[in-house]
Amino acid sequence: MTQSVVVQVGQCGNQVGCRFWDLALREHAAVNKKGIYDEALSSFFRNVDTRSGDDGPRICKGKICSLKARALLIDMEEGVVNEILQGPLRDVFDSKQLITDVSGSGNNWAVGHKLYGYQYRENIVEKLRKTAEHCDCLQCFFIIHSMGGGTGSGLGTFVLNLLEDEFPEVYRFVTSVYPSGEDDVITSPYNSVLAMKELNEHADCVLPVENESLFDIVNKINQMINSGKLGSTVKQNSLVTSSAGSVKTLQEKPFDAMNNIVANLLLNLTSSARFEGSLNMDLNEISMNLVPFPRLHYLVSSLTPLYTLADVNIPSRRLDQMFSDAFSRDHQLIQADPKHSLYLACALLVRGNVQVSDLRRNIERLKPSLHFVSWNQEGWKTGLCSVPPVGHSHSLLALANNTCVKPTFIELKERFMKLYKKKAHLHHYLQIDGMEQSCFSEAVSSLSDLIEEYNELDATKGGPRTEPSRLKIAV
Amino acid sequence: MSIVTVQLGQCGNQIGHEVFHSLCSDTRGTHGLCSRKENRSYRDACKERFFWEEESGVPVARAVLVDMEPKVISQTLSMAARSGCWKYNHQSHFCQKQGSGNNWANGYSVHGPRHKESIMNLVQKEAEKCDRLGGFVTIMSMAGGTGSGLGAFVTQCLRDDFPASFILNHVVWPYGTGEVIVQNYNSVLTLSHLYRSADALLVHENDGVHQVCAQLMNIKHISFRDVNQVIAHQLGSVFQPAHTAEGGSDYSRNPLGDLMETLVPHPEFKLLGLRNIPQIPENSLPYSTFSWPGLIKHLRQMLIANAQMEEGIDWQVRPPPPGSSSHSTKKPLHFNTSIANLVILRGKDVHRVDLGSFQDPSLYASWLNPQDAFNAWRTPRAFNKYEKSASLVSNSQFLLKPLDSIVGKAWNMFASKAYIHQYTRFGIEEEDFLDSFTTLEQVISSYSTL
Repeated sequence: MTQSVVVQVGQCGNQVGCRFWDLALREHAAVNKKGIYDEALSSFFRNVDTRSGDDGPRICKGKICSLKARALLIDMEEGVVNEILQGPLRDVFDSKQLITDVSGSGNNWAVGHKLYGYQYRENIVEKLRKTAEHCDCLQCFFIIHSMGGGTGSGLGTFVLNLLEDEFPEVYRFVTSVYPSGEDDVITSPYNSVLAMKELNEHADCVLPVENESLFDIVNKINQMINSGKLGSTVKQNSLVTSSAGSVKTLQEKPFDAMNNIVANLLLNLTSSARFEGSLNMDLNEISMNLVPFPRLHYLVSSLTPLYTLADVNIPSRRLDQMFSDAFSRDHQLIQADPKHSLYLACALLVRGNVQVSDLRRNIERLKPSLHFVSWNQEGWKTGLCSVPPVGHSHSLLALANNTCVKPTFIELKERFMKLYKKKAHLHHYLQIDGMEQSCFSEAVSSLSDLIEEYNELDATKGGPRTEPSRLKIAV
Repeated sequence: MSIVTVQLGQCGNQIGHEVFHSLCSDTRGTHGLCSRKENRSYRDACKERFFWEEESGVPVARAVLVDMEPKVISQTLSMAARSGCWKYNHQSHFCQKQGSGNNWANGYSVHGPRHKESIMNLVQKEAEKCDRLGGFVTIMSMAGGTGSGLGAFVTQCLRDDFPASFILNHVVWPYGTGEVIVQNYNSVLTLSHLYRSADALLVHENDGVHQVCAQLMNIKHISFRDVNQVIAHQLGSVFQPAHTAEGGSDYSRNPLGDLMETLVPHPEFKLLGLRNIPQIPENSLPYSTFSWPGLIKHLRQMLIANAQMEEGIDWQVRPPPPGSSSHSTKKPLHFNTSIANLVILRGKDVHRVDLGSFQDPSLYASWLNPQDAFNAWRTPRAFNKYEKSASLVSNSQFLLKPLDSIVGKAWNMFASKAYIHQYTRFGIEEEDFLDSFTTLEQVISSYSTL
């Protein structure tokens, strides 16, 4: 079994990260009734004997003493991290896993990346090494950050770079929260585009998330609950947005519901690596199957179902509905419609009581309405994990490598150009040591190239399929 | 003679477990329908082939379990131990932590060389426990990373370390509409490599077995467990002891050798398909009766029309009229030409069954002598509660279309260079792909021109 380390950077990164750890504990508590520190737990948690301060016996059969998250919490202002450390999750984090400063990055990518990056490099490397040493077999780093600010965006991508240099064999999965059009941070387009270049070059897989989509999902759920249309009551802890049953149940903050969705995304992504199933899907398989060309590693995700009713008997019609929903526009975590764009590859990770025949039936059913690239007509990767998420009997995570990410990138570029043409706020960046105009031009050029790659693929959509002629063998 | 089984990857280990379970429960069953002497002979032969006994009397499977991540092996070991009637040797397994990531190159070029010594040591130990080693059976899928890539590497090692032993690869072909996106690449690389090292490849296609589950076994929500159990039943029907010579009273002492001798007359033709009838749900068994002529008729038509099972057979397909050459354009389409066929009959009244219809020269390629191309094994001992059971192992054009389809899709993807970077980072270059494509196009061509 492998381990993963979560690196949460900046305010958004840490808030999402906090929800992740909370829900992870909840999930493992539901499965692990005997209080034994098993392989599944060890993928994200260390078992520590708090008296000695060293790791307790790491062998599977040991009892759980004190669980510590395999995480690094980084923020250049103290507010968020302090709150976490004073909150109900304080025991999950080791004080040696934190890197904080006081003044923040002022929503400036250059401050995060160049200034703090340089300043904290040694510190970060040392803490990463320590965390890695505690792992038997480290497989993956999960970075959680936002793109629009200064710390998550700048320092977060600095850490990404660092991870590639120091741990080249370990996968780097990045969950990036992209700013929406009405973002109140004026310089968010700069920060995002500068960060995109780093993601293009150094990430193995990126899972983009947009606040607008999370917000829409939250609203949709609230409407369904309040409208009373559901007939029976909804199981509270099954809501993809809920913290019910987790450590922190009081005082749900405004972003909590949205952040829970992202936390659930990460839990579902790693479920098959942690729990057993008839067709396992590990993290390295996700990267292998969904990334046909190195730079096209942006995966659109969707989670279904959003909630479960208290009905125990789920007819298989509902099961099929789950599959259909995964492809609908309003379940995607970014503002995109994969159904009308071109699929390069698609992965379906099913959890719970679902069999291979259900999976196949639904793939057959949905295939005709989806457009796949000519050289990957049957581009499906599937996984079956036996353990469902808390409150559900089954669930589905769909990951798509689809050209529908293109509009998000194009919009980002447009917003960037609007500012850049007028050289607005540029001086705040250029006054930082190490920052030059060329950083901007290179970043936007990298983004343009990426958009162009998607354009070329889109151009093949619906066109005539000429199959390349096969090798001829002399008889 | 004993057979050592190497189970590779998730699929290999899941199926391997079901196979040993099926062999054990068949052997212990009281449904033999034959004399006690016959039954004892059968039991002893099966034990010698697949199990050794430890002091407690519990049979231990002659198997080595290999996987690059621990979850499946630990499940397999504990399920077997819980059964109470057999188990695995808990020392005979090798696993790592990280898996092969569905990457053939990772399995073949990285895990293979790195773990060669440990794995081959385990194989050597199992081989030494055999009084006489009859050969190896490997169980693997070709869609993933470990079974396929590491499996190909281990097969090569087996060939190098045991040059005189027979090697049979049992390969599972994935569903046509993906389980793994790069499954066609992995398949092409696996098949081309296995072709060079193994004596024969015995194939099960997930699509075919799935149909059997859906239409014959009436299973509503088919799970991989159901699929694996059907596969295990079919493999059991081939591997359990049978009499090879007419009137011979001993069970074959060299099962793999006999299999190769009857079915692989030429090294260019190594692809074996497997059919078994009847297949019905277990609770229908007491209420069903079958007649041998009916079973044989269906089995023959399944061969000719390339049907996966006894329902939905195309009865219109007929062999070409006598006197037409094999290259004649009058040869009917969809007709499945054979190189060699083996029919195994188990159960009541097997000695009276007329198999002349399988010796019809029009079934075979013109350069073959039907007397040599067809063989039959029989045993009065019934298998797995079926009063009558017939299996067909066929070296024919069964797999031509699926193989062609896989190569076609892989070539299509290769032309766009998609995913190639994932293989080159572990040392498999474009030339290696081209070599594999060439090998398989050659195989396709050979089978097409039968």
